[in-house]
Parts: sequence; structure tokens; C-alpha cells
Amino acid sequence: MADLLFAAATLLLLLAAAGLASLWWAGNDLDRMLAVQLLGAAGIAVLLLLTPAMGDSSLLDTALLLALLAALAACAYRAAFGPTRPKAGRPPAAPRP
Amino acid sequence: MSLLASAFTLVFVAAGIGFFAAGTLGLVRLPGTLSRIHALTKADNVGLALIVLGLLPQAASVLDAAKMVAIWLLAQLASGAVAQVMAEAVMAEATLAEAKDAGDAAPPEESRP
Repeated sequence: MADLLFAAATLLLLLAAAGLASLWWAGNDLDRMLAVQLLGAAGIAVLLLLTPAMGDSSLLDTALLLALLAALAACAYRAAFGPTRPKAGRPPAAPRP
Repeated sequence: MSLLASAFTLVFVAAGIGFFAAGTLGLVRLPGTLSRIHALTKADNVGLALIVLGLLPQAASVLDAAKMVAIWLLAQLASGAVAQVMAEAVMAEATLAEAKDAGDAAPPEESRP
């Protein structure tokens, strides 16, 4: 059972790596922030999978912290744009380079 | 009994990974940034929910199971907020770009506090 969970965690890491690689070359930094969020989500899932596989329940605290930090990273990214209040209107059709 | 629990875990973890794959595929293939945000936050969270559900019988104690559900709840609430925050970042970036273009033609107007 443990090795099956390890295999599932590895598969998840490969998925996250593929998403990260393809988004990292996407160009604009918003996609890179999405890649970071994807890594956060996949990281939480991997840590949860490893907990019963390794029988060590301290990984749950790590997953909890990772969930918190992923959310804070997105908020910090938005805060970097400063107090400009976006005007309502058509969202920019960000063309993929 | 443990065979049933591990079968239950495998089925749900496989489904969770399937949703993660769908979320990642959607994140990569969707054209606009806003639709990518949607794909990321929705599909990955269903995947996480299925994985947590699958891992509940494997949890060492009830406290660990409760902590897993708490992690899923935090990730769920966080991704709802992250979706709104990232969408506003997209619009703010567009507004800044617009202001810069307009700024080239006219003096930059003071942004409202």
C-alpha cells in the first residue's frame, strides 16, 4: 500500500513539473504565478499522500503551511500592483506568445 | 477490512490524480489567463478533495483525519480567494498598461486612493 502511495505521489510530481515547465515558458509573469499556485496545490496533495506512506504525521503540518504560503504568495503578487483600482471592462485576451 | 480500505483509497486517489491531470491540462491548454485561473483553482481542488477523501481510512488517528480535512478546507477557501486576487491582478495589469499608453499621450491622472 505504501509503495502505491509513493507511486501516486511521484505521478503527481511529474504532473506538477509538466505544468510548471510549460507555464514557465508561457512568458507573462501572471502565468508564472499560476504555475506557482499549481505547484502549491500539487505539493499539498503529494505531502498528503506521503503521510500514510511514511507513517509520519508531521507532514500534515507541512501541507497546512504550504497551503497558507501559496495563498499569501498570490496576495503579495496582487499587492505588488499597488493601489490601482482596475476599471471594469473586457478582460484583456492575453494572447499566448 | 484493510483490503477494502486500501481499495477505497486507491480508487479515490486515482480519481484525484485524474482531476489533477485535467486541471493541469486545462491550465496549459486554455487560451486566456482568466480561464486558466478558473481551470487551476477548480479542477485541482476537486482533485485534492478526492485525494483527502481517499486517504481518510489510511489516517493513523482521528486527529490526523481531521487535520487532513482541515487542510482541504484551507486549500478550498484559499483557492477561492486566490482566484479573485489573480483575476484582479489581471485587470489591474491591463489598467496599468492602459494608463501607461494614455500616459504617453496625456499627463498621467492621479489614481484614486
